[in-house]
Amino acid sequence: MTSLSPSNNLSSTGGDPSVAHDDQQHGEHGDHRLFGLATFLVADGMTFAGFFAAYLTFRAVNPLPAGAIYELELLLPTINTVLLLASSFTFHRAGSALKRSDRGGCRTWLLITAALGFTFLAGQMKEYFSLPFGLTDNLFASTFYAITGFHGLHVTLGGLMILIVWWQSRTGGRVSADHPFPLEATELYWHFVDGIWVVLYAILYLL
Amino acid sequence: MTISLTPETAPAHGPSLQPQGWLRYLSFSTDHKVIGLQYLVCGFLFYLIGGALAGAIRTELLTPISDFLPRQTYNEVLTLHGTVMIFLWIVPVVNGGFGNYLIPFYVGARDMAFPRLNAVAFWLIPPAGLLLISSYFIASAPESGWTAYPPLSLTTPATGQIIWILSVLLLGGSSIFGGINFIATILKLRRPGLKLMQLPMYCWAMLGTSILVVLSTPVLAGTLVLLSFDIIAHTGFFNPALGGNAVVYQHLFWFYSHPAVYIMVLPAFGLVSEILPVHARKPLFGYTTMVYSIMGIVFLGLIVWAHHMFTSGTPPWMRLFFTIATSFIAVPTGIKFFNWLATLWGGRIALNSAMLFSCAFIINFVFGGITGVALAQVPFDIHVHDTYFVVAHFHYIVYGGTVFVIFASIYHWYPKVTGRMLNEPLGRLHWLLTFVGFNLCFAPQHWLGLNGMPRRVAEYDPQFQLINQFSSVGALLMAISTLPFLINVVMSAFNGEPAGDNPWRALTPEWLTSSPPPVENWKGEPPLVHEPYGYGIKPGDISLTDTSGRDLWRLGAGSDSRS
Repeated sequence: MTSLSPSNNLSSTGGDPSVAHDDQQHGEHGDHRLFGLATFLVADGMTFAGFFAAYLTFRAVNPLPAGAIYELELLLPTINTVLLLASSFTFHRAGSALKRSDRGGCRTWLLITAALGFTFLAGQMKEYFSLPFGLTDNLFASTFYAITGFHGLHVTLGGLMILIVWWQSRTGGRVSADHPFPLEATELYWHFVDGIWVVLYAILYLL
Repeated sequence: MTISLTPETAPAHGPSLQPQGWLRYLSFSTDHKVIGLQYLVCGFLFYLIGGALAGAIRTELLTPISDFLPRQTYNEVLTLHGTVMIFLWIVPVVNGGFGNYLIPFYVGARDMAFPRLNAVAFWLIPPAGLLLISSYFIASAPESGWTAYPPLSLTTPATGQIIWILSVLLLGGSSIFGGINFIATILKLRRPGLKLMQLPMYCWAMLGTSILVVLSTPVLAGTLVLLSFDIIAHTGFFNPALGGNAVVYQHLFWFYSHPAVYIMVLPAFGLVSEILPVHARKPLFGYTTMVYSIMGIVFLGLIVWAHHMFTSGTPPWMRLFFTIATSFIAVPTGIKFFNWLATLWGGRIALNSAMLFSCAFIINFVFGGITGVALAQVPFDIHVHDTYFVVAHFHYIVYGGTVFVIFASIYHWYPKVTGRMLNEPLGRLHWLLTFVGFNLCFAPQHWLGLNGMPRRVAEYDPQFQLINQFSSVGALLMAISTLPFLINVVMSAFNGEPAGDNPWRALTPEWLTSSPPPVENWKGEPPLVHEPYGYGIKPGDISLTDTSGRDLWRLGAGSDSRS
């Protein structure tokens, strides 16, 4: 794509029409897939917002029975938070490497990101098995598993997407500096999942 | 409905891999016009099913005793009626149907931003609808109403409720995909040179609606997932017996379902704003205030949900806030109402079927709006909560409002879609039957509700029988009114008078192409329409150099001055 992006065309409304319609005349238009994904992530974020709102309301309105008040172990989730934040950083490195057309570096950083993601999931599993409550024990337990489980589902999907992008980037045909969309989309999604975790960690563990 | 497109429109693009002819409408087509019609026809089939269910309800209510349907079946019927009409008829048709058909024209694009996602969004609907209907034959249909409030939805048979949840989740997904597509198309795909404030009003309505869809539908989806956990895994999110909180469900549900009312009615506002100027030969009055009103309704629509819950132990501060916020919605809505009146004022009104349905919409909607403001007031709401007053108010909004506009839009855009005119006398008969039937059916229900008849009941106090029978006669008229409409759309597709490209001499971009339009909407460059409502303006007062449809401007202006 040339430097003349569609949004530039739109802002220069008084401009020469023969230049202005150049972009669309051939039935093509700019790539709006990242914009579409961002809109979807807003929607996805609203699902989490609904869960968080439900959790906070439950906490405020529904007192738990005495046996259902737990001190959550903080060490493992904190390590997990660090892992996930680090993975956002490594994913960013992968993106920068792709922009420099450093495919090898990009693939290495992708693998490191995926490894961090799956380590996070392993940590999450370890936490699940060490917790003193099960899904249906009480309102807090149910909400805890629903929210962390829904987030874990997102991490799992993201990890698989990273591996797919890693696989696609092996030849440089489908993912490259000229075709960065699969990587950019996965990166945007991954940052979103990280951001959600930070909120989740604050609300569920720290609050 | 068979519509033949001229096949020689896209010679430069090589042979199409997509099926041609009527088979297109059963295919995974990515053409926005095909998808729009798929939504419309599919939605109308579900409207017939939902209408039959409504007929069953009104037949049962002819007598005060439960004699026509078993009580459980009655509950299933009212649940299916609500779900089918909302999620399979109104939301898909007024958003997906007209939105997909018109929005690419209005922004000067050749298709939606994400054509394949668009096709996916449509093809989620038929399976979801059939799944919902099939629940009646598999086990038993859901019985807890379209609101599925726990604990009722936890105690009624689980299979039907789970199928209902699955179906609504699929339809919600379809709706979200559609919303993303509309937002991207309107914001990102505009023809260069076309400013936001030059877009036809329906674009603004769809932008506002899509923002609501994207922000609120996911909350319902998450809530229904939690509800399904309560049903399947016996968690206690919303089950008070297990320490849960049923009111939280109501909050989350209405956080979607109040905006859902605007998701159903805002596109209708947009459509009627397209129809009125054309048939009144006047510019749309107050374009800018219209835009701000839509965005005001979007914002306010997100913060009024608890007015559905004034009897749910809502604390006083919450009642106060939601009463005030809800009353505020009357301001932007009133602005729109007076803008429509001012658009008609002094116009050269053609009282054809499209105009009759649009004017009936204005009358019905203002009545539904007034009862809406009344319902926002806590003391009044507590008196009529869960009575037929609410049923009447709601149907004045969604039927008297949106469905009337759907019909108006079909009369308005049928010539564009098929290239043939609809039969005008049949259309007016359809309008008369619908208008009389609708008001006879729902106006008396206000009286029923004020006098204490609860909704969702198969048996009632015998003192209400006569009024209920009036209401049922109205429902029968509405059912009959569908016949002239169906005959009209089917017969006119074959025998209708040829419409030509622009039978209404309209100025919006979809009319500046052939009828039916070619595959990529225009054979040449998309027209740049800066004044979509420039009716009755002297040719010298507008810049014709900016407008590709300048011949049509001259034609329209010339024949205007003749009379």
